[in-house]
Amino acid sequence: MPATPVMRRPFLRGSPTSSREYGRTPSLLLVTPLLLLLSGGFLYPVGKLFWGSIFAPQATLKHYLRIVEEPLYLLVLWRTFEIAFIVTVLALLLGYPVALAMARVSGRAATLVGACVLIPLWTSVLVRSYAWIVLLQRNGVVNSSLLEAGLIEAPLQLLYTRGAVVVAMTQVLLPFMVLPIYSVVSSIPDDLTRAARNLGAGGLQAFLRITLPLSLPGVAAGVLITFVLSLGFYITPALVGGPSTLMMSTLIGQQTTELLNWPFAGALSVVLLLATLLLVVVFRRALALNKGFKLG
Amino acid sequence: MDGMNVSVWGLGKRYGSVRAVEEISMDVRAGEFLSLLGPSGSGKTTLLMMIAGFEMPSMGKISIGDRDVTYVVPNRRNVGMVFQRYALFPHMTVADNIAFPLRMRKVPRQDATRRVCDALALVQLEGYGKRLPSELSGGQQQRVAVARALVFEPPVLLMDEPLGALDKKLREQMQIEIKRLQQRLGVTVIYVTHDQEEALTMSDRIAVMRDGSLEQIGSPAELYDGPATPFVADFVGKTNFLEGECRSYNGTGLEIGIGQSGFIRLVQCPPALTVLPKPGDRVRLAVRPEQIRLLRPGEADGPALEGVVETVIFVGSFRTFLVRLPGGELVHVQVHADHNASHPGEGDRVSLAIPGHAVRVFGQARC
Amino acid sequence: MRNGPAVVVAALAIGLILFFLLLPTLIVVPMSIGTSPYIEFPPHGLTYKWYEAYFSDPDWMAATWFSVRIAVATTISATVIGTLAAVALVRGRLPGKEFLQALTLAPLIVPHIVIAVALYLFFAPLGLVGNFYGFVIAHSMLAVPYVVITVSAALQRFDANLELAALNCGATRIQAFFHIVLPNIVPGVAAGAVFAFLASFDEATVAFFISGVEGKTITRKMFEDIDFNLTPVIAAVSTVLTLVSLVLMSTIEIARRRSDPDRRG
Repeated sequence: MPATPVMRRPFLRGSPTSSREYGRTPSLLLVTPLLLLLSGGFLYPVGKLFWGSIFAPQATLKHYLRIVEEPLYLLVLWRTFEIAFIVTVLALLLGYPVALAMARVSGRAATLVGACVLIPLWTSVLVRSYAWIVLLQRNGVVNSSLLEAGLIEAPLQLLYTRGAVVVAMTQVLLPFMVLPIYSVVSSIPDDLTRAARNLGAGGLQAFLRITLPLSLPGVAAGVLITFVLSLGFYITPALVGGPSTLMMSTLIGQQTTELLNWPFAGALSVVLLLATLLLVVVFRRALALNKGFKLG
Repeated sequence: MDGMNVSVWGLGKRYGSVRAVEEISMDVRAGEFLSLLGPSGSGKTTLLMMIAGFEMPSMGKISIGDRDVTYVVPNRRNVGMVFQRYALFPHMTVADNIAFPLRMRKVPRQDATRRVCDALALVQLEGYGKRLPSELSGGQQQRVAVARALVFEPPVLLMDEPLGALDKKLREQMQIEIKRLQQRLGVTVIYVTHDQEEALTMSDRIAVMRDGSLEQIGSPAELYDGPATPFVADFVGKTNFLEGECRSYNGTGLEIGIGQSGFIRLVQCPPALTVLPKPGDRVRLAVRPEQIRLLRPGEADGPALEGVVETVIFVGSFRTFLVRLPGGELVHVQVHADHNASHPGEGDRVSLAIPGHAVRVFGQARC
Repeated sequence: MRNGPAVVVAALAIGLILFFLLLPTLIVVPMSIGTSPYIEFPPHGLTYKWYEAYFSDPDWMAATWFSVRIAVATTISATVIGTLAAVALVRGRLPGKEFLQALTLAPLIVPHIVIAVALYLFFAPLGLVGNFYGFVIAHSMLAVPYVVITVSAALQRFDANLELAALNCGATRIQAFFHIVLPNIVPGVAAGAVFAFLASFDEATVAFFISGVEGKTITRKMFEDIDFNLTPVIAAVSTVLTLVSLVLMSTIEIARRRSDPDRRG
């Protein structure tokens, strides 16, 4: 038998007590590159932006006061939440039936529905926003179809309106609503619905009393993701929206690229980020409470 | 290969304040088949994992042969191990799985190929080398796992509930195969199971574990006939427990009243006694179902318990009668099926004769 | 499913929603092969001239190659960094593990506009705006969560007993990782790599802000042209971008279905 290297515990502090885990030192080494990347590419720049919104160069809250004091900025903040809310509700109304269908059908139909949900998700947001311009512009597809059908006399102003922003954002974010709901609904055992039917429930009752309540965790996840993404969405409102649909994200972009007002852009970013984080933290608790639903 | 002895001294494992394994000391002899038997959470797997080197003990010492391996990393312990669900490498063929320990030991290729063939022959899987584990049945995967654990000729083989995933018939067949293989090779086996029948069938000795402690260690017969605690009596084989009160003890005999149901007289106390009860003490009695004689009322020639047959269960080679005593206790009586004899039916009054030598008396112990 | 009209109505409604979902992806293809220089639908004649225009325009080509180089470098760095970190996050003993996991996912949750503005502010004085390395840092940071998620999922599905078995067979930790762990999580790593590539290649918000006059990505170039020079060339570029995404993602999806034991016959 060869001489055996013996590992004495006292020499290796933080060495694992179980081979199922890696020791502390190798684990720290493994995450070091990630920590460097996140600190240099994320934490430091974002921190610097926030710092600049307060210390510019003396400590001041004037940039934050400006958001509250000028009606325009309060309006933008309100509008951002309003649009995010409308988009989320629309996405839920359109997405739930699709998720349900996706979970219920099988074979070729399942592939088709799945493709219809995934292909848009895999298409660049920029491409899809561009497509909405093509569809909605003055001589675009929608207007020319309506003209040809004789439904309107002159082209409608569709682009750069709130309606355009809402429709385009709903389409862009819809897969983020469908997929979480689908993943929960498809994990509900078929036997539950069968049991409900066997116990005397009608089709609608079985849905309302069994499937719907059990799908709520997926709905909560989908609503959270869609709402949070809507709040900070930039590309689509920037391309499809106009001055009347200025949102937090486009306002931040404008302050940065056109007005070069860095501290104010920083203050707006802080507000947007805090709103996002608050939602995530509060909702995450709600999602955690739902864990009891977790199915096999 | 020859087996080596495995010794643990004061071996314990704590996770924070939770004691998974209390300080355990035991010796496994070279070439012995020892089972660690206990319910889930009794610490048997943790003990095995510490011997394999996967869990670092919080205290104590482990040695294999003459070598202290307490702090030796798992890959240098040179013990074979068969995992619960085999842990065959899914991306490697059967032959590559079995060759893996040889590759890690830098055994020359030709030598390794020969040994893989030998190992496959050992578990009767010649010709299966090129298949993937997923293409084998559960029983075949189990054999590959055994071959992989034995190919490098370790002196000790650890098995963690290796037959748990197989159905009953295959399991019984594999029990015999593994036992034969072990006897042929002389390897020391430490075998974790929660199945008492399996432990009784295969082991030279059984160590019964409970809540992280060693409850009793001994041969299957010792455990069955002389359980040290009510827990062992209950876990190994089937047992009737009766609560009783010691009536008289005069040095030669002991009478124990079973509530309103009658009394039992123990003539020779010492071998059956784990405590020496005084009159008035409450005690627990343990009696194996097959030790009780089922008689017609009044047929008994000594003290007996009277009762009514509630249920008769036919189990092939024997019948089990569930007899309700006047005090409410339900007693299982097992009688060999004799198709010519007439048995009492459900609702019949019967008399239960319990020989004193078959009774184990425990104090008001935990259980 | 034999309830008559109700089912037909439901199927129709779902068909309409799916059409709404798919429409913007589908519309760019006919746009890109129409003859008219203005955007029109349906197109009057078929032509490849917009693709020719795209492939012969040095500005478009420069932007495309810049994006490809960034995406490839991002894929490599994000995959390596993310895989290493996932191993530690799933299997390691780390102080503040929960916090680390949350931090890793933060770039997915924090609005990209905030990250974009912050990176521009950070990169501008360092000369990293419009710079290849600046982009690789920014995009690796945005892409690494996808790698961590997919590799962590693969590691969680991986039976840790296999690694113990390898150690028991005499393998060292590192041998066990390369011989046993890595081959079994390759699908997860590959999926993470594809996500990382697309997260970089399709990324528009941060790219819009940290592009420069010299170094600009294909998405920034598209953004500019949509605003100032809306020609069917953009439709051609969009079609190319969409094809790249669809081909890569379909490959991953097909591979996933093949390797998923639940879906095997």
